Amino acid sequence: MTALSTPQVPHATRVDGPDKVTGRARYAFEHPADGAVYVWPVQSVIAKGEIRNVDASAALALPGVLAVLTPDNAPRLSADDPELALLQSRAVAYRGQFVAAVVAASLETAREAADLVRVDCVESSHDVTLTPDHPGLYKPAKVNPNFPTDTEAGDPDGAFAAAPVRVDRTYRTPGEHNNPMEPHASVARWDGDHLTVFDATQGPSRAATIIAGVFGLPADQVRVIAEHVGGGFGAKGTPRPNVILAAMAARAVGRPVKCALSRQHMFAVVGHRAPSIQRVRLGAEEDGRITAIAHDVIGQTSTIKEFAEQTAVATRHMYAAPNRRTTHRMVRLDVPTPAWMRAPGECPGMFALESAMDELAIACGADPVEVRIRNEPAVEPETGKPFSSRNLVACLREGAAWFGWAGRDPSPGTRRDGPWLTGTGVAASTYPARAMASQAQASVDTAGQYQVSIAAVDIGTGARTALLAIAADALGVPAGHVTVRIGDSALPPAMIAGGSMGNASWSWAVTDACRELREQIRARDGAIPPDGLSARSATGDEIGALPDHARYSFGAQFAEVRVDTDTGEVRVPRLLGVFAAGRIVVPAMARSQLIGGMTMGLSMALHEESMIDPEFGDYPNHDLASYHIAANADVGDIDARWIDEDEPELGPAGAKGIGEVGIVGTAAAIANAVYHATGIRVRELPVRLDKLLR
Amino acid sequence: MQPFEYQQPSDAAGAVATVAGTEGAVFLGGGTNLVDLMKLGVETPDLLVDVTRLPMDGIQRTGEGGLRIGAGVRNSDLAVDPRVRAEYPVLSQALLAGASGQLRNMATVGGNLLQRTRCLYFQDVTKPCNKRRPGSGCPARTGDHRNLAILGGSEHCIATHPSDMAVALAALGAIVHVQGATGARTVGLDELYRLPGDEPDRDTTLARGDLITAVELPPLGFARSSAYRKVRDRASYAFAVTSVAAALDVAGGQVRDVRLAIGAVAPVPWRARRAEQALLGRPATADAFRAAVDAELAAAAPLRHNAFKVPLVSNVVTAVLSQLAGSTR
Repeated sequence: MTALSTPQVPHATRVDGPDKVTGRARYAFEHPADGAVYVWPVQSVIAKGEIRNVDASAALALPGVLAVLTPDNAPRLSADDPELALLQSRAVAYRGQFVAAVVAASLETAREAADLVRVDCVESSHDVTLTPDHPGLYKPAKVNPNFPTDTEAGDPDGAFAAAPVRVDRTYRTPGEHNNPMEPHASVARWDGDHLTVFDATQGPSRAATIIAGVFGLPADQVRVIAEHVGGGFGAKGTPRPNVILAAMAARAVGRPVKCALSRQHMFAVVGHRAPSIQRVRLGAEEDGRITAIAHDVIGQTSTIKEFAEQTAVATRHMYAAPNRRTTHRMVRLDVPTPAWMRAPGECPGMFALESAMDELAIACGADPVEVRIRNEPAVEPETGKPFSSRNLVACLREGAAWFGWAGRDPSPGTRRDGPWLTGTGVAASTYPARAMASQAQASVDTAGQYQVSIAAVDIGTGARTALLAIAADALGVPAGHVTVRIGDSALPPAMIAGGSMGNASWSWAVTDACRELREQIRARDGAIPPDGLSARSATGDEIGALPDHARYSFGAQFAEVRVDTDTGEVRVPRLLGVFAAGRIVVPAMARSQLIGGMTMGLSMALHEESMIDPEFGDYPNHDLASYHIAANADVGDIDARWIDEDEPELGPAGAKGIGEVGIVGTAAAIANAVYHATGIRVRELPVRLDKLLR
Repeated sequence: MQPFEYQQPSDAAGAVATVAGTEGAVFLGGGTNLVDLMKLGVETPDLLVDVTRLPMDGIQRTGEGGLRIGAGVRNSDLAVDPRVRAEYPVLSQALLAGASGQLRNMATVGGNLLQRTRCLYFQDVTKPCNKRRPGSGCPARTGDHRNLAILGGSEHCIATHPSDMAVALAALGAIVHVQGATGARTVGLDELYRLPGDEPDRDTTLARGDLITAVELPPLGFARSSAYRKVRDRASYAFAVTSVAAALDVAGGQVRDVRLAIGAVAPVPWRARRAEQALLGRPATADAFRAAVDAELAAAAPLRHNAFKVPLVSNVVTAVLSQLAGSTR
C-alpha cells in the first residue's frame, strides 16, 4: 500500500546554485565569441500575403551594418520545418513572421537598421479567429505526437441520451505563450563546414540533428552547447528561428553572430498553446457512475504546418465508462504555428474534463472526490491494458485528508467573509510516464574521480543535481567524487528535457553506465589502470522491450479561493497537490517542479491569455506587462506532496517524471472552487474579474 | 531604437531653456516609461535632458500647512514619508499599489504624472493610433479596449491614463508647479491634463520646455480619513482595471466633505465632481454613495469589452466610501 510521505527539508542543494547566484553561470547569449556581430530580425506587419520587394538601402547605409538578409539573398536552406525555412520564400503566413534580418556590429545598430528596412507586400485578407462552426474544420490524420485522431467504444450518443444524469457543456481555453524567463538566444560560429552554436535549448542532441538538416550538413558537423538554460516549458524543445538566423547570418558575414529575441518576438516565432473549444458530454447513473463520456475538441494550427494538439487524449484513460468517444478537429488559420507548451494536450483537455466532472458531481448531488473514485478504472479503459501503477485514488484520498476536505458543504455561494465569498474545489491531474532512448558514459581515473557524461540539459529543473545524486548512488561513492557533464551535443546523445521524460530517460542511461563501470572496477578488484576505466550505456533496447502497459502519473489538486463580491477579484489562499509519480529522486527539486507547475496552472486559471487581434492578426498583448502571468502575490500557501509509489517498469530509477503533471488540473480545481464560492461557473479561461461581476 | 544625446544640467532654468529651444529634446526622469517607449520606437527623441540631478528632490511643509513635493522625489520615498502616511494616506497607498518596488525606486513624481497610456495600439508602431500618429485611426474601438476609457474619451481616442499616484493627487486637489521658458506658474491637476477631443496626441496642457518642478498638496484635514483601492487583474504588478481615491468627512452621519477620483476609466485621472456634489450634506450611507457614483457614471460611454467597468466602479466607490464612513463614524 502506498503511504503519504512528508516532503523532506530541502537538503540537496543545487550543484550549480553558486554559479547562478554569482553570475558565473553562462546562458547562451553570454558566451563570448571573438569578433561576434549581431543579427536582428525584421517582422511581417501583415498576416497574409506576398513580399513584393525588400528595400534594404537605408539600412545598409547605416554605419556598422554588415548585411541585410532577405528572401532574395539569404543562404538556401533545406528545412523540413516550414517555421525554420527562414527567408526561403516570399509568402507571408502570419503577422510577425521573419521576412528579413539585419547583421550589424552592435545590437543597437542592428535594431535601428531593422526599422529602416522597407518591406513592400501584397496583402491578402486573413482569418485568425477560431470558431466552433468554422468552414475550414478538418480531421487531422493524427494528433500529437502520434495518437489516433478519434476513438470510440460502445454507443456514446445512445448511452448519453439514455443516462439519468447528463452534463453537456462546452469549455474554452485561450491561446497561451510559454514565456520562459530567458528569451530565446543563440551564438553561432562556423569553422569551415563545422557549426558550433550556444543555444537556449531543451535538447542539445535533437537540436544538433535538426540544425544539421536545415543546413544540409552531417549531424556530426554541428555542435550545440547549452550549459545553462533559463526555462523553456516546451518553447525550446526544438530549434527556433533564432538559432537558424544566427547560423545563417554567421555564414553570410563570415563572423560569429549573436541573436537574442525580444519578448515581443517570442509571441510570434517560438510557439504557443493554441486555443481550444471543447464539448464534453458525461452521462451517468444517479450515483455518478459514468455510462457515457464524449470529448469533442476543436483546435487550430497554422497554414504552413500542422500542429494538432492532443487535447482529448487524457479523457481516454482517466475514467471508466463503457461508452466513450474522443475526437479532434482542426482549422488552419493565418497564425503562427502552435507548439509544445507544458503538458500539451493534457493541460487544456483536463480543464474541460475536470470541470465537467465537477458539474457531474453537482448534478448527482455527490461529493466531487467520491465521484472520481467511483469511476476509477481497473485497466486502461480504451485499450484494456493494465496500468504499470496507478494511484489516483490514493492521491484523492490523501489529498482530501491533508486539505481538510471532509465535511465540506457543497452548496455554492454561501460562505461569506466580509466582501469575500469563499469556496473549495478539486480536480485530478495526469500525465504520461515515458522514457526515450538515451546514452551515457561513466569513467573513473586513478585518483578515484568519476565523470559522468550525457547530453542532458538543465533548464532550471535541477537536472544537473538530480543526475549527480543518481550517479553517486549507482556508483556507490560520495557525490563529491563525481562530476556530471551535460548540456553539449558532443556528449552521448540523450532525450530532450521535455515530455516529462528528461529525468526518466537520462537517469536510466546514467544508472546503466555507472553500474557497468562499477562492475568493471569490481572485476579488477578496484585496481584502476593508468588510463582509467570507462563504460557506455544505451537504453534503446531496454526501453523497446518494456511490457505493453499503460503508464501515467496521477495527482489530485485542491484549491481554496476567495472572490471579492465588489470587484470579482479572485485570490487563491491555498493550493495543495498530491501526486503519484513513481520514485521522487531529489525531494527539494521535485517540490520546486511540482509547485512550479501548479503556479503555472494557477496562472492559466486566472491570468494567461494570448489575445488574438482579428483586425491585425497578431497577439497585441505581446509583453509581460500585458500578458499577465501570476505574480508572487497571487500565490498563497502552495504545497506539493507525493505518495511513495513503486513504479517497477520505468528504468532503474522508477521515476515517472514530474515536469508537467503539476500544471494539469490546477485550472479546473480553481474554477471549480470559484463555482463553489460564487455559484458562477466559468467555462472559458481565464477566470477574470469581469466574468464574476454580478 | 535611434541614437540620441544625453545631458545632465544642474539648474532648472538651463534644462527648460535647452528643451524649449531644441527640436527633439525631452526631459528624462526615472526613465521607467520613456526608455521603454524609446525601445519600442514610440518615442524617438534626439536629446534626453536628465532632470534627476536638479534640486527638486525634497518634501517640505508649506506655509498653509500642506506639503510641497519636489518633482524629482522618487515614488518609493514619497510613499513612506511620515507626513504623507499620516495626513494623506490615500497618496501613500496609491504609490505602493503602483508598479513594483524596483520601478518605484526609479520613478519620479514628475515622470509619473507625465507617463503615457499603456493602450496596446499606442505602444505598437506598426499599427494606427491617433495619439501617436494623429489621423491614423483608432483600432481600439473595435479591437482590444477591455481596459480603456468609459468616461471622457472621444471617437479619436479612448486611452486611459495609467498612473495610480495621479488619481490620489486628483482627489487631493494637488497643484502642479511648472517652470516654463517664460517663467514659473501653477496649474491645478485638473488643468494639467486634457481630454483627447480631436487632439488625442496632446495628453497635457504643457508647452514644450515646460518642466514640472513640484506638486503641492493643499492642507486637507479630513484627508487623514482617505483610502486608495486598486482593482487589477492580478494581485500585484499590474495596471489598474479601476481604482478609487477617496477622502471623506462625516459629521453626525452626514457627509460634510468628500473628495473622489477614479482611475483607469478615463484619459485623465477622473475627479468625480458630480458625485462629490451629490453627496454634500447627504447621509453617509451605502445607498447614497451608490446613487452618487451612479450619477457620475451616467455619462459613461462603455464599449463591448469594457462595459463591466460601469458596475465595477459603482461597487468599488460604494465600498471605499462605506469603509471610510465606517471608520470615521
